[in-house]
Amino acid sequence: MRLTCPICGERDRREFVYKGHALALDRPDPDAGDDAWESYVYLRENPAGVTRDLWQHDGGCSAWLVVTRNTVTHEVLKTELATAVKEAQS
Amino acid sequence: MRFSGWKVFTEGLSGNKGWSAHWRDAQPKAEYDYIIIGGGGHGLSTAYYLAKNHGITNVAVLEKGYIGSGNIGRNTTIVRANYFLQGNSEFYSHSLKLWEGMEEDLNYNVMHSQRGLINLFHSDGQRDAFARRGNMMVNQGDDAILLDREGVRKHLPYLDFEQTRFPIYGGLYHPRGGTARHDAVAWGYARGASDRGVDLIQNCEVTGIDIENGVVKGVQTTRGPIKGKKVGIIVAGRSGQVAAMAGRQLPIESHVLQAFVTEGLKPVIDHVVSFGMGHFYISQSDKGGLVFGGDLDFYASYAQRGNLPMKEHVMEAGMTLMPMIGKAKVLRSWGGIMDMTPDGSPIIDKMDGIDGLFIDCGWNYGGFKAVPASGWCMAHLMATDTHHEVASKYRLDRFRTGVGIMDEEGTGSQHNLH
Repeated sequence: MRLTCPICGERDRREFVYKGHALALDRPDPDAGDDAWESYVYLRENPAGVTRDLWQHDGGCSAWLVVTRNTVTHEVLKTELATAVKEAQS
Repeated sequence: MRFSGWKVFTEGLSGNKGWSAHWRDAQPKAEYDYIIIGGGGHGLSTAYYLAKNHGITNVAVLEKGYIGSGNIGRNTTIVRANYFLQGNSEFYSHSLKLWEGMEEDLNYNVMHSQRGLINLFHSDGQRDAFARRGNMMVNQGDDAILLDREGVRKHLPYLDFEQTRFPIYGGLYHPRGGTARHDAVAWGYARGASDRGVDLIQNCEVTGIDIENGVVKGVQTTRGPIKGKKVGIIVAGRSGQVAAMAGRQLPIESHVLQAFVTEGLKPVIDHVVSFGMGHFYISQSDKGGLVFGGDLDFYASYAQRGNLPMKEHVMEAGMTLMPMIGKAKVLRSWGGIMDMTPDGSPIIDKMDGIDGLFIDCGWNYGGFKAVPASGWCMAHLMATDTHHEVASKYRLDRFRTGVGIMDEEGTGSQHNLH
């Protein structure tokens, strides 16, 4: 599996560190309550198919990336800068 | 059909024509008292102990593939009870005792071999951690011996003791640890359950869970609807999908873990050995293949195959520890899908808010050794609605409340750390 960093180009998977599902972009309000925080910290949709997760280009430019990929085929569909995704959300 | 020395002898003389199928390939009935989703090791042992310990035999085990096609046939077969935390310690201790009586109980040769497990350590800090772990194991009533470097050399003379990068300081020796023939465990439990009246239904994928007013009523499958009063979800890496049929999300992320086997060699590795400075563990099967593995690939995956970086890492770790295996040819590699929890410990619990629905999942990369106790405790929970005393800490709500998190590795209770 190779990932294409929007800044550095296509690189070996070993340059990247996996963080997990991209719900970290939707951090709840501190007072949102137990349900929201349990869901954010622990519960996972865990799809068999297309998912979006957060990776950091640790061995490169250090940018955080949102990777859209397939968990069954390991096909990488899209790689975006997390900052760009976050800005588009707000 | 029962196995015995006499039966083997007489069958040998009569052309082995008297052996029969080990279990009934059952067709689904319209209704059961208990439905187990998942015909893997844990599902089969749950069905077996429901029948044996609780006299509950109107049970269906629904398997979407064939019996033994999942992680029960994909693991590196290690059996041990060397856990540290209360909650885990008594559970795995119970499991190892069940392993020790399994062959007699099931009348099935699962080739359980207590050849001893040695976890190597390579620094003062690791020695302290293993001494502490060993004391906890002894306190639990299990066996642990702290070996120094010369003690390890007596058992494992072939290790690279001269290297300076990761010097071997010693090892924690767990003599009752070992391996078992993983497929035979599935077959043994399958036969035991089937003989007691449990229906093992293969090629039957669950596609929906019927719930009315917070009470489970049965399941929808590719072979039609099946009614049931109690339903247990025991599907390892697929837990997320099946729980979603009941409208629930779980604290589970599914990851791929790879394993490897070499061509058959003459006996060379007598124990189960793990390397303390890189994730690597190895044993030799009775057929002669070196069976070894390492860490997860570390990203969510359902592929049942891994990527090259972890293969390389595992091979490097093996070569660092025991250069003699370098000429062995790797025959196969494969992957299994692990149901990873944030704290690395499992879940055996009721599904809160849905009467009659139970879940047994979160076995991470250590489910094989837990097969007997997991089934024992899940059967207890489903039959009596109370948690078994050795599995009382495996609660689903520990993540929500933060009470009773069991982070055995001490790395933090977070999805990407186990």
